[in-house]
Order: sequence, then structure tokens, then C-alpha cells
Amino acid sequence: MSHTPPHGEAHDPHLAHHFPDATTQFEAGKLGMWIFLATEILLFGGLFCAYAVYRANHPEIFMYAHQFLDKVLGGINTAVLIISSLTMAWAVRAAQLGHQRALTRLLAATIAMGFVFLGIKYVEYEHKWKEGLLPGTHFNYPLPEVPAAAPPVAADPAPVGVPAGDASTIAPAARGPAGLADPAAARPPAPPVVPRNVQIFFGIYFTMTGLHGLHVIAGMITLMWILRRARRGEFGPRYFTPVDLAGLYWHLVDLIWIYLFPLLYLIH
Amino acid sequence: MTAHAPDHAAGAAHVHVVPAPVLLAVWGALMALTVLTVAATWVDLGAMNLVLALAIATVKAALVVLYFMHMRYDRPFHAIVFVGSLAFVALFVILALLDTAAYRPEMIPDYAPAIKGR
Repeated sequence: MSHTPPHGEAHDPHLAHHFPDATTQFEAGKLGMWIFLATEILLFGGLFCAYAVYRANHPEIFMYAHQFLDKVLGGINTAVLIISSLTMAWAVRAAQLGHQRALTRLLAATIAMGFVFLGIKYVEYEHKWKEGLLPGTHFNYPLPEVPAAAPPVAADPAPVGVPAGDASTIAPAARGPAGLADPAAARPPAPPVVPRNVQIFFGIYFTMTGLHGLHVIAGMITLMWILRRARRGEFGPRYFTPVDLAGLYWHLVDLIWIYLFPLLYLIH
Repeated sequence: MTAHAPDHAAGAAHVHVVPAPVLLAVWGALMALTVLTVAATWVDLGAMNLVLALAIATVKAALVVLYFMHMRYDRPFHAIVFVGSLAFVALFVILALLDTAAYRPEMIPDYAPAIKGR
């Protein structure tokens, strides 16, 4: 044996008694982590679905509202997360090879990148908060020339073949919700420079980036715990499972941002 | 090139160590693809802009999963779990979009329900 187990016991102190060997234990932990990551993907999948449906229905809102996001800050944050993924992957490598100093430094660098990401995100959120670019009823950005008061339009012509007096006051079904909606709202002036309901985009933006931000914070807390254990010299070639699993979580957070960046900031 | 953890004594798990040049190459590719996806918005490709952006993001995601998350060297069952979750998300999104498309003829352009209190 190239090194003595820390507790000087005959068996590996990191091996739980219900596992026959370290490989089985490692693989069980990894499978559990992948199943957890699958549930995380399903969680974000719901938000991506909401995004897809709203964008399919109201592309003009996304085309217009994404201009309020700062592509430079979003791009820098993408680079920050990619760098943090490199330092994380390298930290796992350092743990596997037993490079203790490299391990603690790379973990610290990964956490630092998390702080940079959150700092930039704070700058972005603060800007939107001050401008009133907020979801739902909190949206109070003074949009130029919002066609709020729709131009007066003549009443629906009576359906062909029906005497004027017998015409239904409810619009034809083909107009969908217009039957019960404000008829003026059903006929927006064409083509609107500023789309209606821009706040929908910010509802989606804040929900998706907010949940992602919570995951960044969770990942950083996990990595701080891993760093603490790494400082105590708990990890090495014989036992690095916690570093590996925390790394998988961190990479998933990066993975989600890889999709959020083009979908929210780079709409063309 | 395949490196292994140096300690294969009893108790050590047999695992693959990703070589440093591979990690750096993957990182470089991810940064280059990020620049590419930003640059792609300067060109008007119509609907293909979205397809291209998602294609680049998927290549980036694949690089992260295969190398940073070790899936290339991992047990295939982990890939089944991961790809399975993606398949169910795809099923969810596609069916929702089919439903959206079915209601398209009844949509009023530029109209979304007004929010009370504004």
C-alpha cells in the first residue's frame, strides 16, 4: 500500500459496511447523483416548456423585450461559468491524483467564480429593478408609444345571411376569446412597434434565471463544505466521491446556463 | 491517452482520470462556441437563428457532459438515466407545442390577456 489509511484500520475507513468494495460504493453514489440530476433537468424542463409555449404564442414580446438584457454581461457570465466548470473538473482530477494543494486552490477558484457570477447577476437584477422591468403587475417601465387606447373600430359586420337586427353581439367563434373580450383589444393596430404585455418576458426571465441563481448558491454552499473537508486532507486517490459528485452538480448548473444564455439574451 | 489513479491498492475505486490537455481543449472549445453563438446573432438567418443557437448550445452541453462530467468514461447506465430525462423533457415540450399549434388559428395576434390592476 502506498499510504496508510488515516485511522490505521485494516479496512478502508471510507467504505460503508454494506458495500462489498470501494468501486461498488463509488458507482452507487454516482448513480444516485445522476438520478438526482435527472430530476433537476425535469424541474427546469417545466420552465423551458413555459418558455417554448409563450415564445411560440408571442414571439414579438421576446423579440422586443430581450433588448433590455445586457448581452455583454450575459456573455461574461457564460465565460465565468465555463471557467468555473474547468476549475471544477480539474479539482476532481487533482483529488483523483492526490494533489492536495491543487485541489483546495481549484475548489476555492470555483467558489470564487460562483461569487463573480452572482455579483454580475446582482448588477443585472438591480438595473431591472430600478428600471421597473419586472414581472406581472410590478412592470412599470415607461414603454414608448404603447398602443394602450386602441383606435375606435367599427362594430363587427353582421354575419352574412343574418338580418342586422338578429345579429349576435358575440363575435364569430373563429375570433376565439374575442367573443367575450374587449373588442378593441382584439384588434390591435398593425404593426405595433412596442408589443403588448412585455412583462411576460420578464416573468419568464426572472423565474428561469432566479431558479438557476438559487442552484448556483446551493452549488457554492456544497463546494464550501467540500473545500473544508479537502483542507482537512480527507480526499485522495482512494476517496474522492464527494468532490466528484459536487462537481457533477456544478456542471449541471453550467449546463442549464448554456441554454439560458442564448434563449434569453441572444434572441434574433 | 489514458491515465489512471496511481493507487490501485485494495479499497481504491478504479476510475478514469481525464488528462489535463483534454480538459483544456474542451474548455477552449466551449469558449470558442460561446463567441460563435454571440456572433451568430449578428447574421440574420430568419428562423434558423434559433435552430443554430440551440445547436451550438447542444454541442457545448455535450462537451460538458462527455468530458467534464466524465460520461464518456462512465458506465452506460448513467447515460441512459441522463438521456432518458432529456427525452422526457423533449416529450413534454413537443406535446405542449403541438397543443399550442392546434390553438394557433384561434389566437388573436399580439393579444395576451390584460393583467388586472394595471
